[in-house]
Amino acid sequence: MAATAFSASKFTQSFSLNSTRSVDRPPLFPASHPLKTTPSSFLGSTRKLSLSSPSSSTSRHRRRPCRSPAVVAVSEVVKEKKSKSNVSLSNPLITKEEGLELYEDMVLGRSFEDMCAQMYYRGKMFGFVHLYNGQEAVSTGFIKFLKQEDCVVSTYRDHVHALSKGVPARAVMSELFGKTTGCCRGQGGSMHMFSKEHNLLGGFAFIGEGIPVATGAAFTSKYRREVLKEADCDHVTLAFFGDGTCNNGQFFECLNMAALWKLPIVFVVENNLWAIGMSHLRATSDPQIWKKGPAFGMPGVHVDGMDVLKVREVAKEAIGRARRGEGPTLVECETYRFRGHSLADPDELRDPAEKARYASRDPISALKKYMFENNLASEAELKAIDKKIDELVEDAVEFADESPLPARSQLLENVFADPRGFGIGPDGRYRCEDPKFTEGTAQV
Amino acid sequence: MAAIVQGIGSTAAPSASSNKFLLSSLGSSLLEKKRNFFVVRSDGKCYTGLNQQQRRAQNVVTNAVATKEEKASAAVGSKPGHELLLFEALREGLEEEMDRDPCVCVMGEDVGHYGGSYKVTKGLAEKYGDLRVLDTPIAENSFTGMGIGAAMTGLRPIVEGMNMGFLLLAFNQISNNCGMLHYTSGGQFKIPIVIRGPGGVGRQLGAEHSQRLESYFQSIPGIQMVACSTAYNAKGLMKAAIRSDNPVILFEHVLLYNLKERIPDEEYVLNLEEAEMVRPGEHVTILTYSRMRYHVMQAAKTLVNKGYDPEVIDIRSLKPFDLYTIGNSVKKTHRVLIVEECMRTGGIGASLTAAINENFHDHLDAPIVCLSSQDVPTPYAGTLEEWTLVQPAQIVAAVEQLCL
Repeated sequence: MAATAFSASKFTQSFSLNSTRSVDRPPLFPASHPLKTTPSSFLGSTRKLSLSSPSSSTSRHRRRPCRSPAVVAVSEVVKEKKSKSNVSLSNPLITKEEGLELYEDMVLGRSFEDMCAQMYYRGKMFGFVHLYNGQEAVSTGFIKFLKQEDCVVSTYRDHVHALSKGVPARAVMSELFGKTTGCCRGQGGSMHMFSKEHNLLGGFAFIGEGIPVATGAAFTSKYRREVLKEADCDHVTLAFFGDGTCNNGQFFECLNMAALWKLPIVFVVENNLWAIGMSHLRATSDPQIWKKGPAFGMPGVHVDGMDVLKVREVAKEAIGRARRGEGPTLVECETYRFRGHSLADPDELRDPAEKARYASRDPISALKKYMFENNLASEAELKAIDKKIDELVEDAVEFADESPLPARSQLLENVFADPRGFGIGPDGRYRCEDPKFTEGTAQV
Repeated sequence: MAAIVQGIGSTAAPSASSNKFLLSSLGSSLLEKKRNFFVVRSDGKCYTGLNQQQRRAQNVVTNAVATKEEKASAAVGSKPGHELLLFEALREGLEEEMDRDPCVCVMGEDVGHYGGSYKVTKGLAEKYGDLRVLDTPIAENSFTGMGIGAAMTGLRPIVEGMNMGFLLLAFNQISNNCGMLHYTSGGQFKIPIVIRGPGGVGRQLGAEHSQRLESYFQSIPGIQMVACSTAYNAKGLMKAAIRSDNPVILFEHVLLYNLKERIPDEEYVLNLEEAEMVRPGEHVTILTYSRMRYHVMQAAKTLVNKGYDPEVIDIRSLKPFDLYTIGNSVKKTHRVLIVEECMRTGGIGASLTAAINENFHDHLDAPIVCLSSQDVPTPYAGTLEEWTLVQPAQIVAAVEQLCL
């Protein structure tokens, strides 16, 4: 299909069209696009996830024999659930509590990121800040299924993953301001959010860097179960990364290892179609990332990442698989970032029409609409949540503002877990025993 | 060791007696190839490296008499000790730590069923299982990263690079994650990983298999680097590295795996940050590590015959430097010669020169001399390869120059 190789706009049109609408389910969003014709099997989304390549798509790709029944199983489950929900709108996919939780989490992500932008332009934070606006459904959809002991590994676009995982907004905002009360004592910054308590394993500046770390966390889970005999250890790891990363060696190497050893990990691709200014289509020979899963022996699933409920369904199945010891899953979430790559990105290359199209699929508005239509919440309740979140974010800013900057004494701490690593000084004592060490002025 | 070496230096003429026992027990082609290695003594006599090994074998009793609390050899211990080769000592250390702590695991290429390309992990997979001694696919960057992720979440992995040079592919993970994550996470996650493997120049292995990665890794903040050179310190450093909560890179040398030595039966752990006094002396401080230690000791014999009294220190800890041991030596001898296998530019010797100049300038009677390998990709041809490395004759000449 020409769309894969050539016209970016055509590609995105077909994406937004039919991304995961199965034929028999009323869509969350009205199908407004004039080019809506036959559903594009190019995307191979929840409709038919047998591993044979979509019939009409790039003819240069050969049909692959169906390898793992699990792929079809995932899609079947999702489709079934959807068709069940078709029966009546009074049988929604979520309960009220769940809906409110999802809504609150997404609004927190959105408000927080908007506040970050404001603070950045006011000179409160510096460097590279990458905002998550528009992608909230992916973070909320997946992370809200996790237990505290499960691990999340992210990239530089990690604020919202941190928030969804439970890191307090105060701690994240302080970290962004570079204050000592930040989750990493101000030493990490925007791109390095870590939390041992919440098992957020970072925050990585180089793309692809976190995927092996996530694989290692999943390896630990398996090790604990099989070597340390902790039979109930079923911790799952989620690795979030983007479309650009899917052309990086570490991605493929880890898909191989995870499938080889059946590690309890879910690889979540946040395909927002752009790697800074590089369109996914211009960078990738086969843009259908979900297809790369079956190549390594794991299911590959494509889901509409602007729809938190669809993401949730897929997440449930994928995380369930990992917990049961059935191995990894590759989930490609079609999503979009409403802002530029970072706050320093002028964002001139993206077609405004494309942006408008995705803006109309704003995950928060969509969930709101769904909740109204299914009588899960009233306008007032959601507004109350909005207000609560606004206050929370304001409080986080206030807290960060008032927090102290790191003292010089913090400079040399945390370089080594065992500070004897700084060695023995000329006087025969360990450098870390030097009183100036705790002042941060010792020679090391 | 100090006494023994002095004994050898002052009395022995090179013995040509072949110690067949040593040869056959080692059965290593590496050692046989050592015949190509000649040392020309100042008195005109020639002998092969092989003889040096034989002499060491005949006089194997003890290890370096080191500083501080490092235990003396088995000779003065209560038990007789046992003889083994360096790679077996590494394995012993590894096995003891794996027995001691179930979180210790190994990952690398061919470490499991194959037993390690230099047999350091031989037999461990049968004993501990395939998950604890994990055969990885050929993906250094990713399995090193995997080791780091595992370390962050509670395990204590040992990542083996089949050759240190392969770890260049893991540089991203080693620099960015291994060294930095403890800091960027504000101290929340520790990374008790050991990254080890054989490096250094072997016997005509070609440029890419003859690399000295210690010079590339030394700037990475947050890691420690140690280099082992004897069976005794190999086992001790292996155990120390595993027990350390810091990420440690343990540099082994391809040509030292078959060194035989008697080590104590009792458990011992060495100090990662300390240097080892190999031979106390008065005239000049020679700082070295890994294989060059043996070139230096060879040269030391010649020097002793010529009336010099070199103090030889195996620095062992490449990062950080043990400035106490080194400083005491400099204050005593006032002359420093560094002999290393790294390349001239940006090697460990360069850093050490800077550190000594900075800290002990007043105590130096002469500029520090640093003998390093040539800034040349290691050639395949044996003669060329030899000329890229520092040879004992050069060491002798340098000391003579220094002590004028």
